Amino acid sequence: MKVYLDNNATTMVDPQVVEVMMPYFSEVYGNPNSLHKFGTAAHPALSTAINQIYTALNAHDNDDIVFTSCATESNNWVLKSVFTDLIVNGEKNHIVTTEVEHPSILSTCRFLEEEGVKVTYLPVNENGIVEAHTVKSFITEKTALVSIMWANNETGMIFPIKEIGEICKAKGVLFHSDGVQAVGKIPVDLQDVHVDFLSMSAHKFHGPKGVGALYIKNSQKLTPLLHGGSQMGGRRSGTLNVPFIVGMGKAIELATTNIEEKMADIRAKRDRLEDALLELSETLVVGSKDGRTPNTILISIRGVEGEGMLWDLNNGQIGASTGSACASEDLEANTVMLAIGADNELAHTGIRLSLSRFTTDAEIDYTITHFKDAVARLRAISSSFALQKPTKGGEVLECELHH
Amino acid sequence: MAKNDLLGASLWDAYSNKVTTLMNNPHHQGEIFEADAEARGNKLIVADFGAESCGDAVRLYWEIDPKTDIIVNSKFKSFGCGTAIASSDVMTELCIGKTVDQAVKITNIDVEFALRDSPEIPAVPPQKMHCSVMAYDVIKKAAGLYKGVDASTFETEIIVCECARVSLGTLREVIRLNDLKTIEQITDYTKAGGFCKSCIKPGGHEAREYYLVDILADTRREMDEEKMKAAADAGATGDFENMTLVQQIKAVDAVVDENVRQFLVMDGGNMEVIDIKKGDEYIDIYIRYLGACNGCASSSTGTLYAIEATLKEKLSKRIRVLPI
Repeated sequence: MKVYLDNNATTMVDPQVVEVMMPYFSEVYGNPNSLHKFGTAAHPALSTAINQIYTALNAHDNDDIVFTSCATESNNWVLKSVFTDLIVNGEKNHIVTTEVEHPSILSTCRFLEEEGVKVTYLPVNENGIVEAHTVKSFITEKTALVSIMWANNETGMIFPIKEIGEICKAKGVLFHSDGVQAVGKIPVDLQDVHVDFLSMSAHKFHGPKGVGALYIKNSQKLTPLLHGGSQMGGRRSGTLNVPFIVGMGKAIELATTNIEEKMADIRAKRDRLEDALLELSETLVVGSKDGRTPNTILISIRGVEGEGMLWDLNNGQIGASTGSACASEDLEANTVMLAIGADNELAHTGIRLSLSRFTTDAEIDYTITHFKDAVARLRAISSSFALQKPTKGGEVLECELHH
Repeated sequence: MAKNDLLGASLWDAYSNKVTTLMNNPHHQGEIFEADAEARGNKLIVADFGAESCGDAVRLYWEIDPKTDIIVNSKFKSFGCGTAIASSDVMTELCIGKTVDQAVKITNIDVEFALRDSPEIPAVPPQKMHCSVMAYDVIKKAAGLYKGVDASTFETEIIVCECARVSLGTLREVIRLNDLKTIEQITDYTKAGGFCKSCIKPGGHEAREYYLVDILADTRREMDEEKMKAAADAGATGDFENMTLVQQIKAVDAVVDENVRQFLVMDGGNMEVIDIKKGDEYIDIYIRYLGACNGCASSSTGTLYAIEATLKEKLSKRIRVLPI
């Protein structure tokens, strides 16, 4: 049996999504901006996709949802264009974000710091989230933008976006949320929650890779990132990626129709897997079950190094991921895990298992068995569980190898 | 960056079959207990290196015959990735049957080599080389415990790059001899910095005492100072004719740097010294014009005369400058 439990990294494209995409490669292939029928033939399908996305997110007709190539583009667009609009051509000079954002936010913020922008990186609390009152206390009159993820990719923890949105609205500060791990997994209602900008990516909810979107509330000003032929009303140039946009529309519709039911179904499997793994001694799962996206488990297993565990899972045809690997260039402990109060040792042993609506009960059973076997094997090798103590003078008192 | 770097390498596919096999079934994983070793009339040494809080840790067990100093048995325990486990396994294998003095000579290079399937193909990808370094470190520590000395006494030189075992002395020498100017050149010449990259600059995988960026900067500064000193000495003593060829070239370069090159560069040109030949009547300095000087009308007249006059004044009356 093969079990894919890395759905926070990417997902399988739903075969129903592939099916609606297929006609837009070789049958209806015209450029939708052309005047002839080859081009306009794609319009009904594009309209459908746009309607599917507005419906899924409960966006208002006055809002813009602009298709992009991926959420990395959406995130870059917001940060760099707010920089252009309010910092270079305005009086602001400050951005508030968190330490646990995706690299497309953190790297862009570091780039903007080199351009002279002040960036505040808020740490997460012991529950793995940033609280609204913390955000409030760091907003100044120079703050141009607050950018905080809706849900965290590693832990699945859901941030209090509604409260943070209200604070930003009251303070008159633009609010962007990276919604990549939320859209399609949990309800996102953009008339209930105030965000100015929301990034999303189709391949996280069983759509194709290479297409994402940026929601822009009330069609407000945001200088384009990509200039060119003025597609998407001039907001984002580049020939429309017709089959992928059509696929994204279908994918978000499938993910969000009866979402409560789908969440309950995934969560039941997730909780069963989690409870079974927590039967192992000296393990820790980050965050409460209710506070997380229903598909995610980040578990630490004392004495089992993350990459070694991935290796054994991979031998059993199970795909998972780890936050801290021996091979990564900087081997610092997982900051999220340290923040939630895990000690340094547990912070090096995180394994992330992320389910999807395609995960089956049989796969969960298989994973439980194989996961426990792998832990038993690696703990049998592990120095953490050795009985014979080192010779006097042979101990390591603290981490002396790495910083 | 180029075509081959566009896709990140598949880390695990780059492991040798030996690494894979030993990760899945290490032969020497396990413990030796003090009571058992003593019952056999042997001494047990147990040494740790690294810690779980660092991300990797190894515990090495040596059962030593005190009459011969021979390691009669060895085991390990590891908190680490596949490469760390496979490296530890091969390390214990290499220790068994050796005396402590022989074992202490085992390096991480030996460990990595023993993990290869064929001699010319590395056992692990570059960023995994450092996993074998722990094997080397823990052996030193165990030997120190047995002999009652500090592990650092087994180090006869300062190792800057542990993955490729390149010493500070070697690095300084190679930079000088080959006139190296970049970190990439150092890696090409010595392999230092080509693996886990910790030794290149602060902020990498682990903190180091010496970094290649500092060694390069320091050595280049020393080289520049020596060059200036050579010129100063030559100017001071006027003893150009009795210098070695290297000293003469340095002295000519120094004079050109100080008095001539800036004017050539301003006009988009430059020059380099090719050779110096001492004849009975003249000391011939062969130069080559670069950039805009090459083919410039005055390069064989006014400019040439200026260069020759300066060198004659500063170094020796017998100098003749010949452009080639």
